[in-house]
This record gives sequence, structure tokens and C-alpha cells, in this order.
Amino acid sequence: MFAALHASGNPELLLECARYFSPRVERTSPDTVLLQIAGLENLFGSPHQIAEALANRAGIPINVAVAADADAAVHAARGISGITVIPPGKEATVLAPLPLNLLPGSPDAAEALHAWGIRTFGQLAALPPLGIAARLGEEGVHLQRLSRGEAGRQFRDLLDPVTFEEHLELDYPVELLEPLSFLFSRMLTDLAQRLASRALAANELHLELALEAAPPHRCTLRLPVPMRDPAAFLKLLQLELSARPPGAPVLKIGLRLNPVPPRTQQHGLYLARAPEPEKLEITLARLSNFLGAENVGTPKLIDTHRPDSFRITHFAALVTKMAPQPEGETPVLRRFRPPKHAQVLVAAGRPAHIECMHLRGKVLDSSGPWQSSGDWWTREPWDHKEWDIALPDGAFYRLYEDCRTTRWFLEGNYD
Amino acid sequence: MSTAAAALRSSIQADVQTKLGPRFDVDFGFRSKLQQDLLPGGIPRGAFTEIYGPPSSGRTTLMFSALAHLTRQPEFCAYIDAADTLCPRSAAEAGVHLPHLLWVRCSGNSEHALKATDLLLQGGGFGMLVLDLTGVSLRDARRISLASWFRLRNAIEKTPTAFVVAEEQLNAASCSAKQIRCRASNPVSRPGLL
Repeated sequence: MFAALHASGNPELLLECARYFSPRVERTSPDTVLLQIAGLENLFGSPHQIAEALANRAGIPINVAVAADADAAVHAARGISGITVIPPGKEATVLAPLPLNLLPGSPDAAEALHAWGIRTFGQLAALPPLGIAARLGEEGVHLQRLSRGEAGRQFRDLLDPVTFEEHLELDYPVELLEPLSFLFSRMLTDLAQRLASRALAANELHLELALEAAPPHRCTLRLPVPMRDPAAFLKLLQLELSARPPGAPVLKIGLRLNPVPPRTQQHGLYLARAPEPEKLEITLARLSNFLGAENVGTPKLIDTHRPDSFRITHFAALVTKMAPQPEGETPVLRRFRPPKHAQVLVAAGRPAHIECMHLRGKVLDSSGPWQSSGDWWTREPWDHKEWDIALPDGAFYRLYEDCRTTRWFLEGNYD
Repeated sequence: MSTAAAALRSSIQADVQTKLGPRFDVDFGFRSKLQQDLLPGGIPRGAFTEIYGPPSSGRTTLMFSALAHLTRQPEFCAYIDAADTLCPRSAAEAGVHLPHLLWVRCSGNSEHALKATDLLLQGGGFGMLVLDLTGVSLRDARRISLASWFRLRNAIEKTPTAFVVAEEQLNAASCSAKQIRCRASNPVSRPGLL
């Protein structure tokens, strides 16, 4: 089903009104907008109620027509005042009294039809199709189908780039974050409403602050899942600015959201329990604020033999494919970061006594050495001889000798 | 020539086997047991469990077994590492599915660790939260007030999250619903390797 809105001299209002109801909108002409209303029945009721809702939303007198055929709706909106609902199959009957000048024909075809005394849609619809085809060709056939409300053309979605930007110039420079937060809140609420009106969400938030006697302060917040909650945006912005303040009074604020389709999620009884993405993102931002972003996330192993090689990636609560669980039970190492320097007495080629901060004593037993080296072609090569040792405190440690410096280090303990 | 080649080959083979073979065959013997009765009987959800014991008593093995079990359910878990001692490779070898694990490194600051725990508990949605205080000095661990432990206990109640604190000695006293003591009694079960 389609609904056409027609009013003279207010094209932006018509577009805004249509987009409030449906993301699929066509700008048929400067004074006519067409939208798909399939699926709106659950929200607004019958086609007539949808048409009434559209007219009320516009706030000015407009013509609204609802029909199963896109062109029939457009012609009805242009030719009939107020609200028109054309039941399926009744298009020709409803359109019959409309004047022929509403049809988009060429001047030659219009002249020919005028000469034949054809003045309305109904008169054109009643002509024999074969005769029309013989005299006016393909164009005539198309015009006749339009007059019967049977054209059945494709809907042309309006794909003009929509930007979600807000700019605000301040009357006087603002230095504190708190008054800025009020302004952010207002701007983000407006942006979120505009996103919601187009059934969109945002996956990036760009902030630009023009500063007094300093270069502009720019930051980008990348969100792991599309959101449109202004409170979540505001909290993330506050955390970002408290971690990295602008450094000078703010003269102008620019906010831009990157629109994307919203997240769709099917909840189920047997799905994995996971933190709510919006809440999680704010929690992670708060943690990063006082611990540093490099200390919060998911460890990802790096494909190398270098000891303690990993990098921290952003934690997203998404179920990922799992490798098979390793067989057997390997001893678990707790690492000392950085490794603790140790004084080691070697006897018969094996560590015999160790002294390292609070640890001191005879090595009761040892196993090794295991040699590992690599990255000799880089500026950070490593060359270790590793030992597993048992100390009198009853604990087991990993000890290594750095072959490049001949110094000993405690790398961690087994637990 | 053939003798020299054979000697060289055996030398290289021995070297490679040394490098690639098992290096320290300690069996704390938790995993097979835990996979059967970790939850709900072993570590309760919606409550606070303390795992304590001296170094090399198997506390980390116990926690990794629990994390491996839950991250493969699949659930999401958080590891608040007060002293930054977690070894991601060891965790992966113990079966923990790392993409389902949030690691929070606090660089030895137990106050930050408590604050992070509080935030994550309030956020909710995790299957298990581990607060690892084992690398923190006993003095710092004891400085954590009873009020903080009570607050954490109240935050975890009525949630489906299991909250585990690993430490050298009991600190939370009556706040914890369960205390698991690990002993360092002869963990090496296969002699001859040390």
C-alpha cells in the first residue's frame, strides 16, 4: 500500500512528515511525496486511520491519498482534496472524474486526446486499448493504464544523503564540562530523535570543538553496536572529555552521528547471557577512564613464540566460534610483569641458589633448560634459557637467563 | 660420514624434543572434576566465593577451569587482575575461550580493582566475575574494608553471576558464601621431571 501527500510550497514539511511514518519515501515531485505504508496497520489501524495520522502530523491542510497502486495514490492526492482511500480494485472508479492534465503525457499526446474530446481519466480509461496503441503508441497505452490505476510501477526510494549534524555557536567561551554537558544533551536528544524518525541508529559519534586561541579539539567515539540512546551518547562523551579535556575554552560545538541500520536482536531462552551492549560500552569507557584503554579489553594472542605476547582488543559481548578444548591439563603460569631480576648461583650447569626480592633460598629441584630465541632480525630480539625450579617456600617458578645479557629473571610462578 | 650424520641427527632430535616436549608436568587435577560439578554446586551464582591458598596451590588452575567451563557455555566472564599477573597463553591452554573474557588490568592497585569490580557488578550480564588479589600484598589485601566486601556481596545478590575472589588469605570473612582452600601439598604427581 502507498500513501501520497500533496501540498503546494512546503516540500520539506512533506518529506519530514512522510519520514516520520516510514523510512521508504519517494519524492515524486516538489509538491508530492509518496511513502510505503505496508506494515503500519499494527501501529495506526486501518488505511483511513493512517491517512488521518499523516494529515494530523503535517499540521497544515494537505491532500492524502492511499491506494495499492503508487501512481493511483499520487493522482488521487493531486486531484482530490482532503483524505482519499481507494480500496483495491476501485482505482479506475475513484480516478474517473479527475482531469486529464494530471497525467504526465507529452504535449503531442495531450493535444491528440484533447482533439478527440477526452477530458477525464474515466473517458481515457474507457477507450479501446488496441485503438489507443495504434494511434498513440506505447505512450498512449501507458497513459491509459495510469488513468485506470493499473500502472504498477516500481517504487523509487529517496536516497539523498541525510546528515545528522548539529552545530552550536556559544555566546561566550565555556571552560567547564558541566555546562557543556547540558548543551550536548540537548543536541544529542535532537539527533537521536532524527535518527529514530528514519528508523536508524548510529555507530560513530564525531565531536568537534572550536577553541579559544587553540586548534580545534576533535574526537570520534566508535560504538561496537549501533545505538540511538542520547543518555548513552552523553555519558560516553562526558567520559571521553573528562579523560581528554579540550584544554581551552570552547567557542563552538559540532556533533555528527554516522547513521547505520539499527541492531536487531532476537532474544531467546537458550541464548548466552551477555551484558547489555549500551551498558557495557559505558562500563568499559568508565573503566578505561581510570585504568587506561590499554588495560581493559580482551586478550588476543599474537602468532609468535616471544614470551608474553598478546595485545588487548576491544571487548564486545559477541559469541564467537570456539576452538576445541585442549586435551590434558597444562600447568598454569602467573606472570610477573615486568620479570623480577634475580641473583642466581649456578652449580654443575644448573641453578642452585636464588635471591630475588623477598625470595631467597636453595633451589630444591630444577628442570631445563629450554631455549627459545627469535626476532634476531629486529631491534628487539630475545634469547632465553628457561628453567622450572622448586623453592623451599613450596612454590614452583619459571626462571630464565637472558643469554644476551647473562642476567637472570623470575618470569612467573606456577599456580 | 654416516656416523657423524647420525650423531648430528640424534643431537638435533634431542634438542627439538626438549624444546617441544612437555616442560613441567604438574597436575593439580581440577579440570575433570570441575567440569562436572562447578555450577551450581561448586561455585554458586548470586553469591560470593573466596578461593585462597599459598602460591602454587592451584588457585589459578581452579579459576581457569571454572572460566573455561563458563566461557564455553558460552557465557561472558570478567577477570579483574589486581596485580596484572594473568598469562593469556596459559589461560588459552587451560581451555578459556579468550574472546568471551574481559580482562581488566589494575597494575597492583587494589582500590582500582575494587572500583572496577563494583562497576562490572552494577553493569551485570556476566556469567562469572573473578577478582584476583593473589599478587597483591597481604597488607594491601587486608586494607580492604569490610564495608566494601558487604557492598560487593549485596551487589551480587539476586543476580545470575558467580563472583569469585582469589587471594592468599581469607579477607572477606562472613561476607562470602563459600570459602575454598587450596593446599600446596605435593602438586607434582609425576616424579622424575624435576
